[in-house]
Amino acid sequence: MTTEETPVISVQARDLVKRFGAFTAVDRISFSVSRGEIMGFLGPNGAGKSTTIRILCGLLRPTSGSVRVAGYDVATDADALRQHIGYMSQKFSLYDDLRVAENLRFFGGLYSVPRNLIDERIESAIQMAGLAGHEHDITGTLAGGWKQRLALGCAVLHRPSILFLDEPTSGVDPISRRTFWDLIHDLAASGVTVIVSTHYMDEAEYCNHLALINRGRIVALGSPGELKTHLRRGTLLLVKCQPLGPALEALERNPDVLEAAVFGNALHLVVRDAERAIVSIPQFLAEHHVQTIELKEIPPSLEDVFVELASAPSAADEPRAP
Amino acid sequence: MRASISRSPPLEIAEAIAPAVRAEGLVKRFPGVIAVDHLNLEVHPGEIFGLVGPDGAGKTTTMRMLAGVLSPDEGSTTIAGFDVVRDPEGVKNHISYMSQRFGLYEDLTVAENIRFYADLFGLGRREREEHAARLLKAAGMAEFRDRLAGKLSGGMKQKLGLTCALIHRPSVLLLDEPTTGVDPVSRRDFWQILYSLLRENVTILISTAYLDEAERCSRLALLFKGRVMLCDSPDELKRRMPGTVLIVPSTRAREVREVLADAEGVSSSVLVGDGVHLVVDDAPGRIAQFRKQLEAASIPFDSIDPGEPSIEDLFVAYVQAQH
Amino acid sequence: MSWSRLIAMARKELIQIRRDPRSLLIALLMPIIMMVLLGYGVSLDAKHIAVYAYDQEGSQDSQALLKHFQASQYFDLVKTVSNYRQLTRAIDSDRCKLGVVIPYDFSKTLRDSGRASVQVIVDGTDDNTANLAMDYARAVIVAYSGAVQLDWMGRQGLAALASSAPISVEARTWFNEDLESRNFIIPGIIALVMALVGALLTSLTISREWERGTMEQLISTPVTAREVMLGKLAPYFGIGMADAVLCFVMGVWWFGVPFRGTILALFLTTTLFLIVILGIGFMISAAIKNQLGASIIALLVTLMPTSMLSGYMFPIDQMPAAVRAITYIVSSRYYVTALKAIFLKGAGIEALAEPLIALTLYAGVVGFFAMRAFKKNLG
Repeated sequence: MTTEETPVISVQARDLVKRFGAFTAVDRISFSVSRGEIMGFLGPNGAGKSTTIRILCGLLRPTSGSVRVAGYDVATDADALRQHIGYMSQKFSLYDDLRVAENLRFFGGLYSVPRNLIDERIESAIQMAGLAGHEHDITGTLAGGWKQRLALGCAVLHRPSILFLDEPTSGVDPISRRTFWDLIHDLAASGVTVIVSTHYMDEAEYCNHLALINRGRIVALGSPGELKTHLRRGTLLLVKCQPLGPALEALERNPDVLEAAVFGNALHLVVRDAERAIVSIPQFLAEHHVQTIELKEIPPSLEDVFVELASAPSAADEPRAP
Repeated sequence: MRASISRSPPLEIAEAIAPAVRAEGLVKRFPGVIAVDHLNLEVHPGEIFGLVGPDGAGKTTTMRMLAGVLSPDEGSTTIAGFDVVRDPEGVKNHISYMSQRFGLYEDLTVAENIRFYADLFGLGRREREEHAARLLKAAGMAEFRDRLAGKLSGGMKQKLGLTCALIHRPSVLLLDEPTTGVDPVSRRDFWQILYSLLRENVTILISTAYLDEAERCSRLALLFKGRVMLCDSPDELKRRMPGTVLIVPSTRAREVREVLADAEGVSSSVLVGDGVHLVVDDAPGRIAQFRKQLEAASIPFDSIDPGEPSIEDLFVAYVQAQH
Repeated sequence: MSWSRLIAMARKELIQIRRDPRSLLIALLMPIIMMVLLGYGVSLDAKHIAVYAYDQEGSQDSQALLKHFQASQYFDLVKTVSNYRQLTRAIDSDRCKLGVVIPYDFSKTLRDSGRASVQVIVDGTDDNTANLAMDYARAVIVAYSGAVQLDWMGRQGLAALASSAPISVEARTWFNEDLESRNFIIPGIIALVMALVGALLTSLTISREWERGTMEQLISTPVTAREVMLGKLAPYFGIGMADAVLCFVMGVWWFGVPFRGTILALFLTTTLFLIVILGIGFMISAAIKNQLGASIIALLVTLMPTSMLSGYMFPIDQMPAAVRAITYIVSSRYYVTALKAIFLKGAGIEALAEPLIALTLYAGVVGFFAMRAFKKNLG
């Protein structure tokens, strides 16, 4: 995508609302995704993330608002839309008792890939997945990384313009994960819009843009880098000290410290005034017989940002939505 | 106390404190695959030790052998002084094992689940009520006592599972992928509970496929294909990683990567959402070199800065070094 | 062994049974349904058999004969027709099971030669009913001819003879006693219910924990395999006993089956049989780690043999020798024998020696293997 081109908007939602009875699952969400962009949706369970994605896939009808996907209006053209959407869920897509080629043929049939094209598409999926020579292996015997690439292959046989990925690489070894994401980047470069749904922060880092959804609303929208620039409520500090337990107890009572928590072998603190804290805290700890080994400002992780934004009271503690 | 990076780290003799958990030469074979391949482990009392690795690395199989619910084909395990292989039942009064499915009975209420496990561990009624009240309050679940476990959200199920595991105050806690599929907010709450256990000197062994969780452990063992690749604290592992991480944010990340992927000194490159993540050798001047290369190709970029290696970087670097 | 752990297992199992609609249905409703269906629906007797009559003569005598049919509890004289074709069509279309044809010269032949014939046509497609109907018809006719003889003797002035008991034929077949076949079947139904409920419910217990993933964690706790087994089976034992009582009450009070034995004997034999059944169910559950498979095998192994080979409905001594030999290893055979003996013969413990010994042996063997069936190990 060069800067001269105006990006084509591939997915656009405006004031999307979805209600189930008295419960509002999606509460006026608006966003747009450009062609060839990789957009990640993050959010606690029951936050409206899955509902939003189902609407985008044409599986649920919105209560109000407009959603256009690949040029189709989701409310009226859901059936036509399906031909242009690919969906891949790592854990659920494939039939373990079918062979590799059989799975591909099956999905090709499901998506009505024209007969004159199916063989060549299957061949290119096999190449993409690195499964040449393994066409007759039983799918269940494949190692995780290959299965995942096979699932991706099955999802794009019909050359969709939008691809939905549901936790595509969680539990997969990092090397296979990188290979997988290289494939995704290739697809994106060729114009496929990719929408990823995940709980996995490492996966979220691969996306161009992220939308954090909580309680039916988008609470943050931006690239991973943009989101990680700062926490809203303060600055994150790393404190290595000995002994850790008493240090935590003392810092919890320190008025400058908004939040203190153990992280690995150190403490993470959120303070309002970083400059002051860097000076005052070692002193404070010394008064409590704690030796400070290291104290520095650290950038928030995506999880820190996510948790801060999503921790509006007990979002995760509600029982599951209908 | 150092562990050298080898295929299976030799046992450490740590300051004359007996390890809370020790596994030596554990082997488990299933038809067609060696799930655990001569694995050695040592967990010190009171630490949170992570068994980290992708699916199929042997985490669950290892945990099961440690908990005494699966017999190893070879090797020995000692927990809290008990020989688990020879006397699996003896150890079970002193440990708690939380399986991947949390061990919850969905058709029983929160209180009934807790009572069941408390009874199995021989807890008296008063003890049980006291602990349960404390644990449920800490988990924020006090008002859900009479709710059926099946009707709880994923995060609450996880906390209930942990409550049942902690009810009899074990000295060793074995948690098999307790955070899989759970959203980040619940995951954080869960870790807060684990950290609070440190005060009571509970030893925790936790397995996870989420590499970012590895950072939260006091020490961790990176597993791959049934073997321990690396074992040490996250800081030490990062310090000893060959090379440095450089981050190059750019709107045209693909092109940045194309130029730099094969550049001199680059051992790996990855496209992340808004830039390129490189691992380079430590030779000075690389940053300047890359700057020149990108400028020569007229590719815009925001900056080139060193960054912290992630556990994923460690993993990839180590596997690459093997080949 | 820890009693508190055992009780904890039993308590949990009970809560789960209470909250599972399927289990409750099987435990409470099925016995009632089976008793009703089998008690009412399966009767080897026949009553109110529909009869069509073709009275060619229409005399006083012929009418008297037909009145005998009408008066019999086994027959309902539904219709009189005036030709053969109507009669045969009625039988073909199942409007009647029996047709009686009285010839046009019935009274004349009777008075002249002292013997007359009556034609009885029966629908033979249902062998059982056909035989019964024929036998009943014969009985009716014999009764009628007895009455005719009496009458004739009276008219001959043989009143003296008449007063002394004439030959009165009472067909002494086993069908004479009212509802007698039901008395034989219903005690056996108790065995059927026990087999079904006991094996089906218990077969789910271990396999359910495997399927739901709770077993892995259970075996990581100090609970022993024995405590698991006994704790889990205890509630099912209670349910089995409760069902036995339910069937007993229904059988005696509702269906009026006589109970001539002792409660002790009933309790003892039922306990032994339950041990066998629950043990079998438990072993199946431990061997087959999914609920569907376990329940199918349980049904095959307990319900099928009990319904075919226990002798509760199909008498064992009427089976071919080879099959009869097989019944010796069917535990429910001994239980059914004991049940019938207790209910109908009033047998005491001594008379029940054979089934009791057999059941005890069975219980011992099953118990032995069941204890070993469940291991606290994944592999």
